[in-house]
Amino acid sequence: MSGRRVIRHMVLYALLGGGGLIMAWPFLWMLGTAFKDLAEALRPTLWPWPRQWHWDNVRATFAAAPFGRYFFNSFLVAGAVTLGVASTALTAGYAFARLHFRGRNVLFGCVLATMMVPFELTLIPNYVLISKLGWYNTHAALIVPWCANAFSVFLMRQAFLGLPDDFFDAAKVDGCGHLRFLARIAAPLVKPALATVALFAFLGSYNALLWPLIVTAEESMRVVQVGLTYFQGDAGAQVHLLMCATAFVILPTVALYFVAQRYFVDAALGAGLKG
Amino acid sequence: MRGIAHIALRARHAPDALLRGLDELFDRAHARLCGDGALAALLLAPALTVLVVFGLVPLLGALYMSLFDYELLSAPFAGLGKYAQAVRDPDFWSSVRVTLYYVIGTVPATLLFSFLAAYALRRIAWGRGVLRTLFFLPYITSVVAAAMVWRALLNHPEGVANLIMRYAGLPPQQWLIEARGVLHLISGGWIGPEIGPSLALCCVILFDIWHGSGFMIVVFLAGLAAVPRELEEAARIDGAGPVQVVRKITLPLLSPTIFFLAVVGTIRAFQAFNSFYALTQRPDKALFRPTTNMILFIYEKLYQDHDLGYGAAVAALFTLAIVLLTVIQWRVVGKRVHYS
Repeated sequence: MSGRRVIRHMVLYALLGGGGLIMAWPFLWMLGTAFKDLAEALRPTLWPWPRQWHWDNVRATFAAAPFGRYFFNSFLVAGAVTLGVASTALTAGYAFARLHFRGRNVLFGCVLATMMVPFELTLIPNYVLISKLGWYNTHAALIVPWCANAFSVFLMRQAFLGLPDDFFDAAKVDGCGHLRFLARIAAPLVKPALATVALFAFLGSYNALLWPLIVTAEESMRVVQVGLTYFQGDAGAQVHLLMCATAFVILPTVALYFVAQRYFVDAALGAGLKG
Repeated sequence: MRGIAHIALRARHAPDALLRGLDELFDRAHARLCGDGALAALLLAPALTVLVVFGLVPLLGALYMSLFDYELLSAPFAGLGKYAQAVRDPDFWSSVRVTLYYVIGTVPATLLFSFLAAYALRRIAWGRGVLRTLFFLPYITSVVAAAMVWRALLNHPEGVANLIMRYAGLPPQQWLIEARGVLHLISGGWIGPEIGPSLALCCVILFDIWHGSGFMIVVFLAGLAAVPRELEEAARIDGAGPVQVVRKITLPLLSPTIFFLAVVGTIRAFQAFNSFYALTQRPDKALFRPTTNMILFIYEKLYQDHDLGYGAAVAALFTLAIVLLTVIQWRVVGKRVHYS
């Protein structure tokens, strides 16, 4: 019995290790290629380790295309969207959970219904709207339409509903109104849900491609994802620099994963709900 | 020193005073109006403004725009003409086929692979965190960045994929720029090159199985955590084999998770854009038809042809297809899901 268990575990580890290696290998190859010289990068190998590490590839990459500007745009847009989504979801979620007003449930149902509409259907009218507003090729076009979404409102409402009523009643007895209760007591208590919403918003904005492709035109307005596709087209033959740029684009989200692993799981579960 | 501390303290309480003042104001409004209406309006305004302006208005706008023929200076009413144009357009039907091949190719395979990985990950204790991270790695990187790596690996003629083909004693392939069908290549020319998905499309499908499984593994691990271990142990003691335990106990208990992932995965596969674009298309170039799905087709109508009415009509048809498919999934499969 025990012998069979050991064998079973060895098989399990071999399968998982092999599978994990296959999943991660492209990234090892990317990292290795990013620091090779061009001649070595062009020679295909399975072993990713470079013979010599060319650290100045980083400088060459940032000189070959304005990646500094792309990163500035990406962080500005993703940061603003994160702030926007967090604040709109916090206030709207509180209103739907704790305030009593006429038509509350109907209104909440309408908000949820917007989750059913695929983004692609509204793509063309939104493009026209952005042009009419004079926002074409501006940061506003990348930020404002994404500053609220039904799923985040839903998540924050659930979080506020999870708080015991006694908290609010006690605060009310002590003369604390809704706004002060929200800012001082309720918001700190729903931090985990808020962190999930924020992470979700940041990743969605940072990884977006289709919308930035459509509403921006000039190089100075490109975000990193768009910049990377153009860099591939222009400098595709310089595979070492392309891999170096790719590694830099991946870096923020991987770093975020290691800082906030727990919220990543919540965000993935939420991402499913959003569909 | 005390002065500075005092100012700092007051600055910290300033928003409190403001909030208190506002609260009193709304309390007075509360007495006159019914309920918390005024405060609710204030708190809901930012979210609802964005949702109405960029969600609801464009939704109606899309249906309206699909009825017009946008030309350079005028937009005459076209009725259902743009929908009829789609039905007659071979490029439209090509995009429908690509979308369907892609959905059929990715969803079941990703579900199966993710379930096996999650099931195996749950059964080990030592090193689970590290292995889990390896399986998540594709999922936590952007599709565009991961696609750049695959583009380099699948490069023609000199890439790692062709190196592996050479090791295996097989002829090199064109991978992402191969328009001929994969069945044609496997059968050595017996089957026509236009039948079935192209090799380029199969590369995109493989890429998405690799990239999308991390998400499903996360959800499966959460679902598996809710399956009581004792139930499986009890079945084992009663003499059930490992395969039987999975089939009779684990899978039925997981059926809500599987159903949920199948629905969500199908919708996501329909909406795939980034992987198609970043892997097989080039900015400022005409689209590569064998890997142009419906979303890319809509993108082309908007971005390259400026035929807004046509794009809106195809988007409406696309939405209809998603809604119909989801309803069918709920009706047919949803009934057989066990909710504990």
